[in-house]
Amino acid sequence: MALTPAGLSMPLPRPSGSARLASLFGWGVVLAVLAASWKGADMRPLDLLRDSGNMGTYAASFFPPKFTDWRVYLDEMLVTLQIALWGTALAVLCAVPFGLLSSSNIVPWWIYQPVRRLMDAARAINEMVFAMLFVVAVGLGPFAGVLALWIHTTGILAKLFAEAVEAIDPQPVEGIRSTGARAIEEIVYGVIPQVLPLWISYSLYRFESNVRSASVVGMVGAGGIGVILWEIIRGFYYAETCAVMIIIVVTVTLIDLISARVRKAFI
Amino acid sequence: MQAAIRVTSLTRTYGKHRALDSVNLEILPGEMVALIGASGSGKSTLLRHVAGLAAGDEAAGEVVVHGQTIQRNGRIASDVRRLRTRVGFVFQQFNLVGRLPVYLNVAAGALHRIPLWRSIFRRFSSAELRHVMDALARVGISDQAMQRASTLSGGQQQRAAIARTLVQRARVVLADEPIASLDPESARRVMDILAAINREDGCTVVVSLHQVNMALKYCPRTVALRQGKVVYDGPSSELNSSLLRELYGAEADEILSQPDHLSHHGRPIQVPERVAYAALSAQAV
Repeated sequence: MALTPAGLSMPLPRPSGSARLASLFGWGVVLAVLAASWKGADMRPLDLLRDSGNMGTYAASFFPPKFTDWRVYLDEMLVTLQIALWGTALAVLCAVPFGLLSSSNIVPWWIYQPVRRLMDAARAINEMVFAMLFVVAVGLGPFAGVLALWIHTTGILAKLFAEAVEAIDPQPVEGIRSTGARAIEEIVYGVIPQVLPLWISYSLYRFESNVRSASVVGMVGAGGIGVILWEIIRGFYYAETCAVMIIIVVTVTLIDLISARVRKAFI
Repeated sequence: MQAAIRVTSLTRTYGKHRALDSVNLEILPGEMVALIGASGSGKSTLLRHVAGLAAGDEAAGEVVVHGQTIQRNGRIASDVRRLRTRVGFVFQQFNLVGRLPVYLNVAAGALHRIPLWRSIFRRFSSAELRHVMDALARVGISDQAMQRASTLSGGQQQRAAIARTLVQRARVVLADEPIASLDPESARRVMDILAAINREDGCTVVVSLHQVNMALKYCPRTVALRQGKVVYDGPSSELNSSLLRELYGAEADEILSQPDHLSHHGRPIQVPERVAYAALSAQAV
């Protein structure tokens, strides 16, 4: 069949008028919502220009960073790491059963629905809020931080774990079932080997995030580097603040690099 | 003689479609039976119901294996996990856990008889591991014991799946299209192993096959399904192409189609006579 220039007479594949109108309307809505939030967010971009001199002075006061008390900073950074480690470890332990109990392919709806709502609650409330509550309950210090991270992270990991479980291939599980194995053995032999790489990956990622979070929960008195950070910012010791921030950045970067290595080894 | 498998008026409907239509079937211990039929004729559905992996319609139907009820009137027995231990299942897609080593996949067959704490922590005794290695040696893949199951070829994976039923000490082995995903040579090895289990261990083997020539070669008795109904139950040797055309009409071509590599170089296909033909005389078909 010879090619004909029939294509010339065909309509060009352009979006229809109504589709364009809808797209225009969508952008309009986005811009309108942004505009409506301008006042509430107290947006003052001009201040950035007008006060740029002050800001320059402020920024300059951070330099050079002052590492005089570096031993204290490192000690507290270590405490922060330890808070993150325990918070994450306890959360992983709890997220395994809670994750399985919120998977629709493992348990009936009357189990996974309530468990999921419970996990929603654990996740919805920020670890800072939990930290403030636990500081009242167990006193100032790292333990309050561990508890806060534990609960919040359990909520997050249970959801991620359940999503991995719901994406498994059911055939190997049926293979285990066909041998007459118990239900829990179907999970241990059929489900967990399939989801383990993802579970490890998620857990390592949450550990990284928890190192960041642990440095913040300290600010409400839950121990670690956050306590120091809070004190020196409030005391206008900007050079010291800069030193602490550098330590946090370096630590988080290191953890990032190490966990990337660990993850590779498991997958 | 007590039947190894007895299926009584088993029906299963999916919506309006009758996947199984009052199937009656009795298979004696030690038989090797082929289950043939075109795609969608109900072969897999029947086997899954026999293993208690699926439940039939509520109205009627019963599956009994070695005198124990697997399901009755759409309700699977509450002790089905215990009953399943006697029934090995070999799947078309092998259904191994790809990330676990072969030996653990095979050892899974022993889970039902070891204490829970040991199975959770994967603590198998030397005797159990010896049993696993014996089974692997028997199907010819002991060298691959430590490899991840996913690294094996399809034929090797299917042999591992059969080894799992050996470790399980199943008295009945149900194989659901075990060779449909395999190359001809692997298919032959898998069928040879199933035949050996039947002959040497006295295992009852029911194997669903897509094509009739394999049934002729390995199974003295064939049960033919069409649209969920048993349309033939008798000696495989009597299944000639004209009977198949009579039973299946246009569908017969699908069942008869014999790829060149499976034909036997011009020799007539011999029906092995190693299993006494007890079933048919007992049923007086």
